[in-house]
Amino acid sequence: MTTMHPDEAAARRLAGLSTGELPTYPVAPGTGDGSLVDDPAVRAPLVLNNRSIHDITEIVCGYAERPPGRWWLPVFGLSFTLAQVAAVLILYLVITGIGVWGMNNQVDWAWDITNFVFWIGIGHAGTLISAILCLLKQKWRTAVNRSAEAMTIFAVICAATFPGIHIGRQWMAWFLFPIPNSNEIWPNFRSPLLWDVFAVSTYGTVSLLFWYMGMIPDFATLRDRADLRLRRNAEGARVLPFLSLRADTVRAYIYGFLALGWRFSSRHWHRYEVAYLVLAGISTPLVLSVHSIVSFDFATSVLPGWHTTIFPPYFVAGAIFGGFAMVLLLLIPARELFPNMKDLITLRHIENMAKIVLATGMIVGFAYSMEFFIAWYSANVYESYLFTNVRARGPYAWAYWTMIFCNVVSPQVFWMRWARQSPLVVFIVSILVTIGMWFERFVIIVTSLHRAFLPSEWHMYWPTLVDIGIFVGSCGIFLTLFLLFLRFLPVFAMAEIKAILPQADPHGHGDHANGGH
Amino acid sequence: MAKNAKVYVTESGENVFGVIAEFATAADIYHAAEKVRDAGYTRWDVYAPFPIHGIDTAMGVKRTRLPLFCAACGLTGAGLGFLMQWWMSGVDYQMVVQGKPYGAWEPFVPITFELGILFTAFSTLLGMLAFNGLPRHNHPLMRKERFLGCSDDTLAICIESADDKFDPEQTRAMLERLGGKNIDLVEGD
Repeated sequence: MTTMHPDEAAARRLAGLSTGELPTYPVAPGTGDGSLVDDPAVRAPLVLNNRSIHDITEIVCGYAERPPGRWWLPVFGLSFTLAQVAAVLILYLVITGIGVWGMNNQVDWAWDITNFVFWIGIGHAGTLISAILCLLKQKWRTAVNRSAEAMTIFAVICAATFPGIHIGRQWMAWFLFPIPNSNEIWPNFRSPLLWDVFAVSTYGTVSLLFWYMGMIPDFATLRDRADLRLRRNAEGARVLPFLSLRADTVRAYIYGFLALGWRFSSRHWHRYEVAYLVLAGISTPLVLSVHSIVSFDFATSVLPGWHTTIFPPYFVAGAIFGGFAMVLLLLIPARELFPNMKDLITLRHIENMAKIVLATGMIVGFAYSMEFFIAWYSANVYESYLFTNVRARGPYAWAYWTMIFCNVVSPQVFWMRWARQSPLVVFIVSILVTIGMWFERFVIIVTSLHRAFLPSEWHMYWPTLVDIGIFVGSCGIFLTLFLLFLRFLPVFAMAEIKAILPQADPHGHGDHANGGH
Repeated sequence: MAKNAKVYVTESGENVFGVIAEFATAADIYHAAEKVRDAGYTRWDVYAPFPIHGIDTAMGVKRTRLPLFCAACGLTGAGLGFLMQWWMSGVDYQMVVQGKPYGAWEPFVPITFELGILFTAFSTLLGMLAFNGLPRHNHPLMRKERFLGCSDDTLAICIESADDKFDPEQTRAMLERLGGKNIDLVEGD
C-alpha cells in the first residue's frame, strides 16, 4: 500500500506513529464562495475573504452611511408609488364601503383575508431565523437575521391592514380591543377572530422589541462613528446643500437616542445575551402559536375544507415555507446590489435556506395529500365532494393546480445541489413559492366558501380592480419599508457577526497548543 | 456600592473615573480579565464590540437574575390576561356562545398565552436595560476618543477609581504588566 487515505495519515501523525507535516486538505472547489461540501474536514467559512472585525464595521455601516447605488431611488420611487395606490384605494374603500371589493353574500372572505394570511405567514421566517435558529445555535443565522426580522415586521404591518379594513366600519376598529365603551359591552373572547387580534398584535409587538434590542449595539456603533467624524471635524455631507446642518450631527442624535447609551460593557453584554435568549425562548412558542391561531379562524368553523385538525401544523409549515421564499426573494438581489454583501451572505446561506424551503415544502405537500385522505377516510360527503369535485376539478381548479405546481413540484429541484447553489434557480423557485403560497390561501378561502353545503349558496368570486390594487399596493408598502431599512438601519447584526469571526474566539490559536480548552 | 474613600483628582481638577488599557486580541483580554479578577478588583469592566465567549467566567460575573424577573412578569401577564377574560366574558357581559358555560377556561387559553408572552417580552427588554443602568446617554468613558473604538474593533479594560483596590500607580502598572496598550486615565464621574 503506497497510498494512504489523508484522514488515516493525519491520525497516524497526530498519534505520533509517523512524522511529517499534517496534510493540508485540498480546498474543494466551491468553498471559496461559502458553499458546503461533503468533506467534513473542509468547513465553509461563515464570512468570506478573511474579513477583519474592522471590515465588518466598515461594510455594514457603509450601507447606512453612504448613498446607495443608482438603482435605489428608482426602485424606491416605484414601490412608494405603489404604496400610494394602496393608500388611495383604502381611502376609497373606507369612504364607499367594502362593496368595492368583489366579495358577495356567499364568498364573504376573499382577497382581503387571503392577503392577511399571506403576509402574516411571510413574517414567520424572520422569527424562525431569529428565535428557533438561535436556540439551535445555528451560527449562519447571524448574517440574515436582521433583514429577516425587518421583513417580519413589515409583513405584519401589511397583514394587519387587511382585517383592519375588512371589518366594514373601519372607524369602529377599536372595538376589537377590550376598551371600556359607552355600550357597556366587551369583545367575545370565545371567538378565534379575537384570539387572532391578540396573537397578531402580540406577534408584531414582540417582533419589534426583539428587532430593536438586537439593533441597540449596532445603533451605538453608528452613533460612535458619526461622533468620531464630528470630533475630528472631517469633511462631512450636509443634510441638504443649503443647510449648515451636517448629516453626522443628525446621525449622532438619532442613532445616539436609539442606542440608549450602550457602551459595549461586558457586564451589559452578559445581561443582553441572557435577554436575547429569553426573547428567543418566548418567540419560539409565539411564532408557532400565531399561525395556529390564524388557522383556528378557519378550523373552528364547520365549513368543508376548513373544519380540519391538521390546520395548525399545516399553516405553520406553510408560513415558514413562504417566509423563507420571501427572505430569499429579498436577499438574493440585495447581495448583488450592495458592495461586499456576498462576503456576509454566502452561498451557504442560500443553500441552507433552500433546504428549509424544500423540507417545509414537503410538509406542505404532505398536508395537501392528507386533506384528501381524511376527506375520504372521514366518509363525510361534503368534505370529499369539496376535495374531489371542487378543489381539484371545480371552477377554481386552475388555482389549485397552480398551487400544487408552485408549492409541491417546483421546490423539488432543490434535491440537486447545483440548483441550491445557483442564486438564479433559487430566486426563480422563490418567486414560484411566493405565488403558490398566495394561491394556497386563496384556494382554502374561496373554494370552500363558493361551494358550501347547499347549491343555493354556490356563487363565484372575481376580484375587482380595487382588490387587485390594494394587494399590489401592499407589496409596495412592504418594499418601501424594506428599502428604507436597507438605506438607514444596520442591515446586519454587526456585533453578532463579529462574535462568530475566528478572531473573536478567546480560546483559539495558541490556546489549543498549550492544552487550553 | 462600596465607594472608595479616596477621590483622585487630576492636575486639571477633574475627578479620576478610572484607568483604561487596550488589548490586542480576544485571547489577550480574556487572560488579562482573569488576572484582574484574581487581583480582587470588583469595579471594572471589559469593553468589546461583541460579547466575548466565556468572558463572564473570566471576569467573575455572576449570572444575572433577569430571567426570574421576566418569568415573574410573564406569569403576571398571563394571570391578568386570564382574569380579564374571565371577568369580562364570565361576569360582566355574559353572552351565550354555543351554549357553553360563561366562565369556561378553555377558550381563554390562547389570549392568556399571548398576554403572558407580551408581558415577558416587555419585561425582558426593559429589565435588561434597567439592570444595566440604561438608558444613560453620557458616560465619562465616551469623552475618550479612543474608547469609541470599542464599538468598532477595540478591546479594552477599564478599572474604576470607585474600586476599593484602585491605586493610580499600581493599577496602571498591573494593566501594563498584563499587556495593556495605550493606557490612559479617564476623567469625569
